[in-house]
Amino acid sequence: MTENQKIQASNIPTIGDRQIELLEKLCNASAVSGDEQEVRQIVLEEIKPFADEIKVDALGNVLATKFGRGENRVRVMLAAHMDEIGFMIVKKHDDKLFQFERIGGIDERQLPGKAVLVGREHLPGVIGAKPIHMTTADERKNKIPVDALRIDLGPEIGEKVKPGDRATFATRFKRFGPSIQAKALDDRFGVAILIELLKHASENIDLLAAFTVQEEVGLRGARVVAYRFDPDMAIAVDSTPAYDLPHWDDEDQNVQYNTRLDAGPAIYVMDRATIADRRLVTLFSDAAQQEDIPYQFRQPGGGGTDAGVIHKTRAGIPSISVSVPSRYAHSAIGLARVDDWANTLRLLDAALVRVTPDLLAGERRG
Amino acid sequence: MKSLIKQLVETPGPSGFEYEIRDVIREAIGDAADELRVDALGSLIAKKGVKTEQGLRVMISGHIDEIGLMVTHVDDRGFLRFTNIGGINPMTCYGGRVLFMDGTRGVIGMDSIESGKTPKLTDLFIDVGATSKEDCSVKVGDVCGFERPFIDLGKRMVAKSMDDRVAAAVAIEVLKRLESTPHELHFVFSTQEEVGLRGATTAAYGVDPDLGFAIDVTRSGDTPRFSPKMATALGDGPAIKVRDSSFIADPRLVDWMIKAAEEAGLPYQLEVLEAGGTDGRAIQLTRGGVPAGCVSIACRYIHSPSEMVDSDDVENAVQLLVKLLSEPIDLK
Ligand SMILES: [Zn+2]
Ligand SMILES: [Zn+2]
Repeated sequence: MTENQKIQASNIPTIGDRQIELLEKLCNASAVSGDEQEVRQIVLEEIKPFADEIKVDALGNVLATKFGRGENRVRVMLAAHMDEIGFMIVKKHDDKLFQFERIGGIDERQLPGKAVLVGREHLPGVIGAKPIHMTTADERKNKIPVDALRIDLGPEIGEKVKPGDRATFATRFKRFGPSIQAKALDDRFGVAILIELLKHASENIDLLAAFTVQEEVGLRGARVVAYRFDPDMAIAVDSTPAYDLPHWDDEDQNVQYNTRLDAGPAIYVMDRATIADRRLVTLFSDAAQQEDIPYQFRQPGGGGTDAGVIHKTRAGIPSISVSVPSRYAHSAIGLARVDDWANTLRLLDAALVRVTPDLLAGERRG
Repeated sequence: MKSLIKQLVETPGPSGFEYEIRDVIREAIGDAADELRVDALGSLIAKKGVKTEQGLRVMISGHIDEIGLMVTHVDDRGFLRFTNIGGINPMTCYGGRVLFMDGTRGVIGMDSIESGKTPKLTDLFIDVGATSKEDCSVKVGDVCGFERPFIDLGKRMVAKSMDDRVAAAVAIEVLKRLESTPHELHFVFSTQEEVGLRGATTAAYGVDPDLGFAIDVTRSGDTPRFSPKMATALGDGPAIKVRDSSFIADPRLVDWMIKAAEEAGLPYQLEVLEAGGTDGRAIQLTRGGVPAGCVSIACRYIHSPSEMVDSDDVENAVQLLVKLLSEPIDLK
């Protein structure tokens, strides 16, 4: 972009009641990996009036295209995963008690005593735990293995449940002041953001929106979407943990926080699955600085997003990830800030309007 | 060739940040290739030759990235915490020197840990001589490699990134010595091998070869006591890989390589590596599958700041490759 070329003004809305309502609906839906239909339904309804082409592929991914206008449009793929971590019923013990397995990364220490919703009917169940009255001091020192836990649904309701049914934490969405508490913010934040970007797509690009499946079990959906879209570049939009809490014994010693709440969207430089293309890192950090949007770099290290499979597709696709920070990821309840979400949406929009063929014309420089 | 190797190993290029080493290699290749291109993940692909009736499209891949470090946190006093790029052994870090892509230098220090315990990466930090956070030019996400100059020990050579710059040296030399070939050759100087064969994966898809092989280093079983359980030794010739933990070489390629070495009177050894993998795997699993193999250079102290190879092994690898690629390939 030359200096006197004016960057097209953004028409992206801020986060208001309409967006919060949609996020609430998305978070409260159940979409454990492999059965994403509840979220997919909401997505399809929302985007139908706005996308030029919509396709649901063999794995259940939603591929939505919004064509831009003008010459030499870069084909930009944005990916957000519809699936969430959860549980699967594996064995009926009697009509009330069910053995289950985890789907995706869940710490088993967090399970006892949690309410869950089972199956497409959202049947209420409880992951039971022995009351403290009955446990010995020794028992309380050990974690309870998931194999020893049961989901308790009680009679009548339990009769409707069968092996293979999925379950999620029962947490309902709450907004209070600047904060949000919900399950599945990973990655309903991304889904909500992609819907908004489709509705207000910038015209300099072809926007290829991928609402992906089975991310939490190994980035499976994004692999086939990237192959089909075959984009010029890709951005995974996800939610990443903020572990910005002081150490109880030494406040200064937390040097592994991943991201911080209230610090804005987290731009990825490297995780275990992807080394972000520096041209895209610069695109985002420059856009943030020019638009005065707060941002942070996610601490390089572990973890992975859909970008991990997208960038290795075909002959290679320049890729990056951007995430909304959220505390207590992959637990029954996450806590995040409306402002971090709003700024992530703003940053993505600001970056997308700055995408030109020149961006990728040169060689990858790191 | 030693001066080329020295130049290659002393250029920084951690995985994902291969632009400087790529420029050095491009310069060294000069007009020895018919065509040069860089793909989306930064791999340099040098094409040479025209596919004749008895020819194949052949991919030869050696990775140009090396292990390195990336900054994760800058504390108030300007000390840097970091994470690994590729397989870093914390034992080889303390007291080491690092070089950032912008030329900034630093040393690696360590928190006081219980004596006798091996440090974890999180016990280590980089000190670039900053007096405070404000005085520190390095930011989160910045990348450095180890700094350790090339040393010439006569027959043996030592440097920080013989893995796998020695392959780049071999490939460049083959490109130069090769007078004619019935094949369409694609020499891939691949990126991001150390983090999971990523560059070779996309390059192989792009090249779509009929046959391919990697050039990489392998462990050497000739050091004192508890050395790796391997038949390979420095100086015994290029190693023809039979298998490693991620890849079984196509037996037809193994036989082809053995036959060529014997015909040319070149020493060779056979390699069975219990742990590890190379670009060979990425080539083999491309599209509908590709017959693939690997030529290795035995190397001591891999992924330490002092990797050692034998200069005769390097020369013999060049000669073996020239022989392999000058003639039609008849896989049996
Ligand atoms: Zn996620
Ligand atoms: Zn290597």
